[in-house]
Amino acid sequence: MKNLAALKPGQSGIVHSLTAEGAVKHHFLDLGITKGVRVTVERIAPFGDPIAVRLRGYSLSLRREEAAKICLEGEK
Amino acid sequence: MNQTIAIIGNPNSGKTTLFNRLTGSNQHVGNWPGVTVDRKTGHICYHGHAIDVVDLPGIYSLSPFTQEEIIAREYVLSEAPDGILNIVDATNIERNLYLTMQLIALGLPMVIALNFIDDCRSQGVEIDCAVLSETLGVRVIPISARKGENLDALLGIVTEDLRRPVRQPAYLHGVGAAINRVAHTLEKTALRRDSLPFYALKLLEGDSHVRKTVALPDAVRQTVETTAAALSSHGSEDNEMILADALYDFIEEAVRHAVKRPEKPVLTLTERLDRIIINKWLALPIFSFLMVLMFWSTFGPIGTFFADLLETMIHGMLIPAVENGLHASGASGWMTGLLCDGVLGGVGGVVSFLPQIIILFFFLSLLEDTGYLARIAFMMDTLLRRIGLSGKSFVPMLMGFGCTTPAVMAARTMENEKDRRMTIMLTPFMSCGAKLPVYALFAGALFPQCASFVIISLYVLGILVGIFAGWLLKKTIFRGVSSGFVLELPPYRLPTVRGTLQNMWEKAKDFLTKAGTVIFVMSIVIWLLQNFTPSLQTASDSAYSILGVFGRFIAPVFAPLGFGEWRASVSILTGVIAMEAVVSTMSVLYGVDLGSLGGLLSSAFSPVAAYAFLVFILLYMPCMSAFATIRREMGGWRWAAGAAAFQTVLAWTISFFVYQCGSLLFQLI
Repeated sequence: MKNLAALKPGQSGIVHSLTAEGAVKHHFLDLGITKGVRVTVERIAPFGDPIAVRLRGYSLSLRREEAAKICLEGEK
Repeated sequence: MNQTIAIIGNPNSGKTTLFNRLTGSNQHVGNWPGVTVDRKTGHICYHGHAIDVVDLPGIYSLSPFTQEEIIAREYVLSEAPDGILNIVDATNIERNLYLTMQLIALGLPMVIALNFIDDCRSQGVEIDCAVLSETLGVRVIPISARKGENLDALLGIVTEDLRRPVRQPAYLHGVGAAINRVAHTLEKTALRRDSLPFYALKLLEGDSHVRKTVALPDAVRQTVETTAAALSSHGSEDNEMILADALYDFIEEAVRHAVKRPEKPVLTLTERLDRIIINKWLALPIFSFLMVLMFWSTFGPIGTFFADLLETMIHGMLIPAVENGLHASGASGWMTGLLCDGVLGGVGGVVSFLPQIIILFFFLSLLEDTGYLARIAFMMDTLLRRIGLSGKSFVPMLMGFGCTTPAVMAARTMENEKDRRMTIMLTPFMSCGAKLPVYALFAGALFPQCASFVIISLYVLGILVGIFAGWLLKKTIFRGVSSGFVLELPPYRLPTVRGTLQNMWEKAKDFLTKAGTVIFVMSIVIWLLQNFTPSLQTASDSAYSILGVFGRFIAPVFAPLGFGEWRASVSILTGVIAMEAVVSTMSVLYGVDLGSLGGLLSSAFSPVAAYAFLVFILLYMPCMSAFATIRREMGGWRWAAGAAAFQTVLAWTISFFVYQCGSLLFQLI
C-alpha cells in the first residue's frame, strides 16, 4: 500500500491506516492523523528529510521514516 | 481560599500571552516538585474577585506520553482546579478542539477562549461562536490575547460565571453507548462523578496510566474489558484509533456547522513566506545570514561593548567606591578583601555576561515567537539525527560557542526529554567564548608561527568530540528508540514588544538570581581558600594557602598529561568558577602581569604539554555558572555531576593521548 513518504511535494492522499505503534501512533492520532483525513505534502527539507505536510488546516513536519507509517488509500 | 483556574491549551495557542495579559506583572515562576518543567501561577483581581491562575504546559492531548501531558493531567485530576480556561487557536480549530473534547469529558466548570480571532477574520474565515457553544455545550468567547480584544468578557465569565459543560456532547456515534456503559459502571467507584466520561474514555482506549492508577473492583473491571473488546470486534482497527476517529468525526461536524471559510481561500502569509524562507535553494543562505547576525550582535561589537561597559562600571567604579567606603568606616583589611576581591570580583565577573545574555535571548525570543525556530529544526534535523540528536538541538549547540549557560537554558525549547538531556550534555563541548583568552595566551607564547591554526584546531576538536560523545551516549545511557521528530510548523506571527521584553526580563532575572546565588557562595569560598593556610593563618603567598596545598595535592593527577605543575592544577580548578579565571589565576600565581606571562609559560610548558593543557581546558567540565544551570535544567545534582564527570574523564583521556602520542612523535622526529 502507498504511504505518505512516497508522495512528492504538492501531492496529497487520504489516510487509510497507521502502522506506527505506541507513543508515535498515539501522537499521530492526537495530531489529527486519523482515518479519512486528507494530507498534502508541502515541501521537503533542504537535505531531503524531514518532510512538511499539511492537514486539518495546519502544517506538520515529520521524518520520512515516520511518514512511511502512514498508509494512504489508493487514489482514484 | 481563592478560586483556582487552570489555563490549558495546545502549544502555540497563545497561552502564555493570555496568561501575562490576565495576570499583569504579578506572576512568578515556580518549579513543580520533582520535574523540570516550569509551572507559572499568577493572580487576577477583577471587580473585587481574587483568582489564582495556573499556566500549565502546552499539550495536544491528555495522553500519558510526554512529561507535559502527565503534569497537566495529574494536575487536573488530582488537584481539581475550580475551573478550566481552555484556549483554542481559531486558525487551527480542528486539532485544538481535540484537547477540548477530552477536557469536556472531565466535567469541570470551563470556558473556551477562541484566540487569534483577528487572524481568522483577516483570512476571511467566520466562526459562529453561538453555534459552536451550542454543539460543544461549553461557552465560547472569541478573543485576541495579543491585542487584548474581548478580554473583559472572558474575565467576567472566568471570575463569576464558570459553568460545567451542560452535557457530554453527542460525539458518540458508535462509541457513545460503550462510553456511557463504562461511565455508568464506574459510578460504583470512588472516582469523581463529573469526570467519569473521561475515565471511561481512557479505560476504553487502553490508557496504561489510568489502568495502573485507578483501582477497580473485579466486577467493574470485567465490564470494562468486555465493553472494550466488543468495541473493536467489528473491524481491523483498535480502540485507540476508533475513539480518536469518533472524536475527530464529531469535531469535523461541529466545525462544518460553525465555521464559514471563504470560497477561494487566500494564500496565507505563512504559506507565502515559507515558499521563500524554507525554499530548497534559499533556505540555507537565509539561515546562515540570520545566525551570523545573531552571533555577531551578541559576541561581536555590540555585546562586547555593553559587557565591557558593565565590567568597567563594576571594577572601575563600584569596587573602588566600596573599598573606599569600607576603608573610611574602619573595616578590617580581610573584610575589605573578602567583599571586594572575593564577592564583588567573583559575582561581578559573572554579571558582566548579562548584556550578552540579554541580547542573545532577545534574538532567541524573536526566533521562537515568529515561528522560525521550528523551521530551523526542520532544516537541520537530518544532520543532527546522525549523532542521535534532533533538529531542535541545533540552536542550543550553536549558542554553546558563545556561552554554555544560556545555551543550556535554550535547550528548554525541546519537548523531548531524552533529546533535551543529551543536548545539554553535549553543549559544553562547543568551546565557549571565555576559553578563547586561554587559547590565545598559550598559542601566542608557544606556537607563534601557527597560533590561529592551533586555536581553530581546538574548536574543530571540540565539535568532533561532541559528535563522538553523542554517538557514545546514544549507544549507552540514551539507548532506545528515538521518539521521532513530529513537530508542528506554526504560522509566522509578529512578536509583540511586550512579550519580547517580558521574555528578556525573565531570562535576565533567572540568570541573576539562580546563577548569582551559586557564584556568590563560591566566590567567598575560593577567596578564603586562596588567602588562608590550612592552619587558618593568613597566607603570605598563595602557594601556601589551602588552594595552593590542594593544588600540589592534585597535581600528580595531571602529571601524565604533561602539566603536573601545581599552578596549572590550581588554574584548572579556578577555571571551574569561571573560565576567565584561568588566565588571571596563572598571572597571580606566577606573580607577573599578563604581558610577561607568555615568556614564562614557554619555559614552563613544552609545546606538547601546552597543547594537552588546552585540550583539557577545552573539554573538561564547564564553569560553575553553567554547572548550576545544568543542575537546574536536568533536575538534580546526580545528572549534573554525572555530566561533569563524563566530560572531565573524557577530557583527561583525550588529553592523555595527545600528550603521550605527541611526545612519542617528537622523540621519533
